[in-house]
Amino acid sequence: MLSGVNKHFGDLHVLQDIDLTIHRGEVVIVIGPSGSGKSTLCRTINRLEPYESGSITIDGKELPSEGRELARLRADVGMVFQSFNLFAHKTILENITLGPVKVRKQKPEAARKRAMELLERVGVAHQAEKYPAQLSGGQQQRVAIARALAMEPKVMLFDEPTSALDPEMINEVLDVMTDLAREGMTMVVVTHEMGFARKAANRVVFMSDGQVVEQADPETFFTAPRSERARDFLGKILTH
Amino acid sequence: MAEMLERADFLAAFWMTLRLAVLGTVGALLLGMVVAIMRVSPFTSLQFFARTYVTLIRNSPLTLILFFCVFGLQNSLGMRVGDDLSTQNLFWGVVAISVYHASFIAEALRSGVNTIPLGQAEAARAIGLPFGASLRHVIMPQAVRGAVAPVGNVIIALTKNTTVAATVGIAELASRMKTSIEFFPNLLYLIFVLVAVCFVVLTLPTGLFFTWLSRKVAVQR
Ligand SMILES: Nc1ncnc2c1ncn2[C@@H]1O[C@H](COP(=O)(O)OP(=O)(O)O)[C@@H](O)[C@H]1O
Ligand SMILES: [Mg+2]
Repeated sequence: MLSGVNKHFGDLHVLQDIDLTIHRGEVVIVIGPSGSGKSTLCRTINRLEPYESGSITIDGKELPSEGRELARLRADVGMVFQSFNLFAHKTILENITLGPVKVRKQKPEAARKRAMELLERVGVAHQAEKYPAQLSGGQQQRVAIARALAMEPKVMLFDEPTSALDPEMINEVLDVMTDLAREGMTMVVVTHEMGFARKAANRVVFMSDGQVVEQADPETFFTAPRSERARDFLGKILTH
Repeated sequence: MAEMLERADFLAAFWMTLRLAVLGTVGALLLGMVVAIMRVSPFTSLQFFARTYVTLIRNSPLTLILFFCVFGLQNSLGMRVGDDLSTQNLFWGVVAISVYHASFIAEALRSGVNTIPLGQAEAARAIGLPFGASLRHVIMPQAVRGAVAPVGNVIIALTKNTTVAATVGIAELASRMKTSIEFFPNLLYLIFVLVAVCFVVLTLPTGLFFTWLSRKVAVQR
């Protein structure tokens, strides 16, 4: 999916020759120290950030660089942000139907019906008429997942979906994600939740300083990391 | 006093002020919205145009813009609208008031845009909305809600600034005030109070309405 991708912010080389292939139905965890480029990687995959060289393809199709083509392609890549980013002026239900109606051109009635099914699935259907600010963080994040799912994406990107949440709400979000993984959704998840990684992931990708340093299945990575940097990093998060 | 009211025809003057204020507000809102959209668009040439417009117009006196319209465009270049003089004057008065206050409206809207977290636009792009659609469904509705109070202030200022139209002979309240004072100097204070009341009748409800509206539509985050 990604090959030889490079990106700079000014002098900073945030992504250095990233090669990464994600297979359909695979769940890939991206892990690494803060500032290593994990968010940038996610944002580059759906081109919220432009990149300078290399190529990113989805189902063999190169990402278009601008305009409507790109907008359409973004609809195929679901994105869940650390800070939820629900549309603050729209109800929960409207948050979910906006994309399907305006981008996918679904009938409002059909979109609403589908949205209610998705809300049911993530457990916030009874809040459909409320506004985002009236929901807890965990509920908002589950709505954000439903919003992304409503576009029927080919792949879902999660950028630290639980790190803005109070501890007691983390599991309700991870449970939804675990179900999603089990149902065969292709997922790229930036997270430090090792329990989730062990339970749901097929592969762990360790990033440091803009490079993919190591890839392995979760068990191997957490118990016997090969690289010095990964050992270092795991030592730090495990002692917490 | 009855004679004064009749001679000065305050009712007609009030009607003229009202038209200047309402039409000027409509024009300023429309034009200001366009300029604000240019300002936040991804096209540098449009951004540049919008920035220049705001800087230039906001820092010029309204009187200058009005004189430019009436003496420059209407009289010298012969851009005439309608057949009688009073319609023409009203037209150019409204244009000048709209053009001038649009720069303030654009700034108010931009301050509304600035209250929106960056994540809102990113989320809109991430679900595949093209630029125009994310502007229409996500950014502008929130910007307008955030800008209600400052826009209200601009409209109140605009209402009072309609008095500048007196300088080009538009028969609105301030010009009637001036002639009445000349004819009825003994009623000076009464005339002041009368004109003040006329403006308060226009601006006070506007202010109350916008305060109420800004509370009602405020976006909770
Ligand atoms: N918009 C930006 N402009 C400049 N530098 C940025 C920008 N976004 C991120 N960076 C820098 O790029 C590096 C990688 O950031 P990020 O991808 O957010 O890391 P991570 O998500 O792994 O913590 C950091 O050093 C950060 O300061
Ligand atoms: Mg990050």
